[in-house]
Amino acid sequence: MNKQSLDNLTRGIIKENPTFVMMLGMCPTLGVTTSAINGVGMGIATLFVLLLSNAAISLIKNLIPDMVRIPCFIVIIASFVTVIELLMQAYLPSLHEALGIYIPLIVVNCIILGRAEAFASKNNLYQSLLDALGMGIGFTIALTILGSVREVLGNGSLFGWQFLPEEINPMLMFIMPPGAFLALGGIIITVNHFRGAR
Amino acid sequence: MSSYFIIFISAVFVNNIILTQFLGICPFLGVSKKISTALGMGFAVMFVMTLSTIVTHIIYYSYLRPNNLMFMTTITFILVIASMVQMVEIILKKTSPILYQALGIFLPLITTNCAVLGIAIITVQKNYTLTASVCYAFSSAVGFTLATVVFAGIRERLAITHIPENLKGAPIALITAGLLSMAFMGFSGIVH
Repeated sequence: MNKQSLDNLTRGIIKENPTFVMMLGMCPTLGVTTSAINGVGMGIATLFVLLLSNAAISLIKNLIPDMVRIPCFIVIIASFVTVIELLMQAYLPSLHEALGIYIPLIVVNCIILGRAEAFASKNNLYQSLLDALGMGIGFTIALTILGSVREVLGNGSLFGWQFLPEEINPMLMFIMPPGAFLALGGIIITVNHFRGAR
Repeated sequence: MSSYFIIFISAVFVNNIILTQFLGICPFLGVSKKISTALGMGFAVMFVMTLSTIVTHIIYYSYLRPNNLMFMTTITFILVIASMVQMVEIILKKTSPILYQALGIFLPLITTNCAVLGIAIITVQKNYTLTASVCYAFSSAVGFTLATVVFAGIRERLAITHIPENLKGAPIALITAGLLSMAFMGFSGIVH
């Protein structure tokens, strides 16, 4: 793998992490991360849509007229989201239930349209796939971290494993809506701290 | 009539679209640096959300459901919303230049506002009637405007205060939103 390809792959994970650095796709980030497993599920669903849409768009980029490219991208993304939603409904019904309204809303996740417009419509299939993989993994990691922090603080458990004894009351607020904002704010402060120190 | 009032109170205060349902966070964080832009965005969202919910509701019940095409909901709705935003923009430009000047720059941003698609999907999932859907969409948009304007007011103050280096920008905005969300939790329990 040459340097260019490696750069495309790792860019989304650390340097341009969609959640912590670029602040894209905030709705699912805040909405579904009440537990670590929901964060992983949402991240992987988005990763698949991103891979498929980047691949499709980089293959047909020369057929799409420039004037109508955004509506074309949205239709492509919406089709893949529908595919993923039906698959989840069939094989992972409990996760489908937990993520609820946020699955169809992957369509309007700015990360996916952003990568389609900024990367896949200008690069070849292989590089677009690497880019999608990097961005998807970066998003999944971010959602998993946020979900873990909220689950540990708000429920005293991690991935469903209860490690706090019954007598200790967890900070319930962290799995309620205000906790999402506060936890993400706290994580970004930490990220900024280390980026500043570097 | 009272049921519509309950929908209104619930959507504006108790289940505020931004602070408890996390729909439309991008414009909430993006255009809330000044109260005037927040108000402009709020009115644009009110306009588009009410209109698009009427259209998607009619399409869902007159075409998608009778033909058993419910799996096409997402694709149809996003296309309807995207083309409607374009149409509204063109009509406003021709008929009402004043309104266009006020709302124009916000309209393209609304296409990717998940609140509009989210509300359209929620109303069909909840099996609301057309009038209840319109009431719900309008009240949600009022809730959006309320939260964004209050938030913009706080951020205008924040801009002139001394903030630690690491908290500048996004983190302080998120923490402010968290506190605001906590304040709105005080409304829970008014309506079940």
